[in-house]
Amino acid sequence: MDILTLDFMIRAMIAAVFTGLAAPVVGTYLVQRRLSLMGDGIGHVAVTGVALGLLTGTSPTWTAIAVAILGAIIIEVIREQGHANGDVALALLFYGGIAGGVLITSVAGQSAARLQEYLFGSITTISVPDVWITMALAALVILIGVGLSPQLFAVAQDQEFAQVAGLNIRFYNVLVAVLAAVSVTVAMRTVGLLLVSALMIVPVATAQQLTRSFRATLVASMLLGVTASFGGLLFAALVADVPPGPTIVLLALACFLLTWPLGALLRRRHRQKVPFAEIDPLAHDEIEEHPHEHGENCGHPAVPHGDHVDYLHDGHRHAPHGIHYDEH
Amino acid sequence: MSLSDTTAPDAVLTIENGSVAIGGRPVLRHINLSVRVGDFLALMGANGSGKSTLVRAMTGLRPLAGGHITMFGSELSSFHAWHRVGFVPQRSTAASGVPTSVWETVASGRLTRRRLLHPLLPKDRRAIREALEVVGLEDRARDGISTLSGGQQQRVLIARALAGEPELFFLDEPTAGVDLPNQQALATALSTLKERGATVVLVAHELGPLAPLVDRAVVMRDGRIAYDGSPLADHEVHGPLFDDGHTHHHHVEVATRDHTPHVASPLDIERNEESR
Repeated sequence: MDILTLDFMIRAMIAAVFTGLAAPVVGTYLVQRRLSLMGDGIGHVAVTGVALGLLTGTSPTWTAIAVAILGAIIIEVIREQGHANGDVALALLFYGGIAGGVLITSVAGQSAARLQEYLFGSITTISVPDVWITMALAALVILIGVGLSPQLFAVAQDQEFAQVAGLNIRFYNVLVAVLAAVSVTVAMRTVGLLLVSALMIVPVATAQQLTRSFRATLVASMLLGVTASFGGLLFAALVADVPPGPTIVLLALACFLLTWPLGALLRRRHRQKVPFAEIDPLAHDEIEEHPHEHGENCGHPAVPHGDHVDYLHDGHRHAPHGIHYDEH
Repeated sequence: MSLSDTTAPDAVLTIENGSVAIGGRPVLRHINLSVRVGDFLALMGANGSGKSTLVRAMTGLRPLAGGHITMFGSELSSFHAWHRVGFVPQRSTAASGVPTSVWETVASGRLTRRRLLHPLLPKDRRAIREALEVVGLEDRARDGISTLSGGQQQRVLIARALAGEPELFFLDEPTAGVDLPNQQALATALSTLKERGATVVLVAHELGPLAPLVDRAVVMRDGRIAYDGSPLADHEVHGPLFDDGHTHHHHVEVATRDHTPHVASPLDIERNEESR
């Protein structure tokens, strides 16, 4: 446990908590727009940004943010102008970003290990100024993402309606793109640029297995995100000698695998309980003999049907009628 | 169409010689239309006749290639009082990538009246609840929107437009793919609006249960207004008068009938004179 009091570990834990909270906020809006892979696209573009930083000897964090924001705005503009749809725009940026990054790094003569820090994350080597930058940017993402949630929700839910409601669609679209770019660079040190999108999307995918509203999804995905990033970091540091980045992502995926069947079961049960339409049965269809009496503990789900309940029994609907049951 | 018609003093929306081009091809031409306070206007016509495009032009979603649109007395490009307008877009579903409750969807319609970064006020919540009551879905408020039927989702979208308490409604094919009971529920909601004095512009193929509410029909044909007057029955819209397939039989008649002064005109003049 001594490791937890070491300076580098404390810095790593702070970064993990802030990243875990911020990334799913933007991820929720991306999933809502069905642009789950946008984080990946921006992450690839940010590789070029990191390479530029390494080439010019400036902070790779700042060059990554600048290039990622530029890339995100380009994706948004291509999408808006309708020359190519969203996923083609993403694909173009994907390839350009990663190829540019590798090329520039080779020109700069940097060792592969330096770029790898950013590709796969190196949360334990994070410096004090980097922690401050991470905290500030993550807080900014959370404040904007939660504070403007009514507007961002409306634009992502139904763009045409939002426009007729008088919202500046282009502003909010670019804002989400910029927030995504900032989150990518914030999470870059934690899980790495190649896995960055996982921390944005997987908690949302997990949360929506169990939620029925947008707000619940947003809050639950933030909690899941912080659980995964903090838990993954601790697991990597205390239990096994493995890199924290992939551990965080695998932990988030494990949460998804656990909630998936649970969500399917809950949805099924919820759907089963929906009352049947109050339509009179076609005829009085009496059941000859019934092996047992339906009741609270008979194991057959009871579903409201008008003024009574129908028991679901082997694909039939049994309605109590006097001393016998009717087929409904 | 006379100039006095398009500049009626009680007009909430006026289009003067409007045209819309998509990809350089003129789609809507010579559109002159004046929607007056309290109108319940059905915009009808065949697929591709331009009725949805016209609604998109009126709501500012599609820019005009020529002409002018005046909304509540100001040019559409400089119009900012969007809380006076409610829009129900053409949708097959109201669901998106993230689970959304009925209440949240309707609440987003309140944005036109909310100030930035301010929480929902009691009056906002009241408006949202009332909007849900008008469409008869108050007991489904907490349910996920994807669990509702298509007709119920359409009613949610109407409630969303209602939540902003607008004066002028645009509904783009609200009855498309909706069963009769849901169309009737929709008609009930819209008649409530009409009683409150709202102005409604409705795009529809077939009016069905909405027919008794409509007091003015505008029929589009090939991007132009072919008829503007008292309500037509569903079969008349596609009847010989407006059906291209029959024009070669009745060529002369069509040409003359197209220019028959519509029924609304004399009433308009009276109305205009009254308000003077």
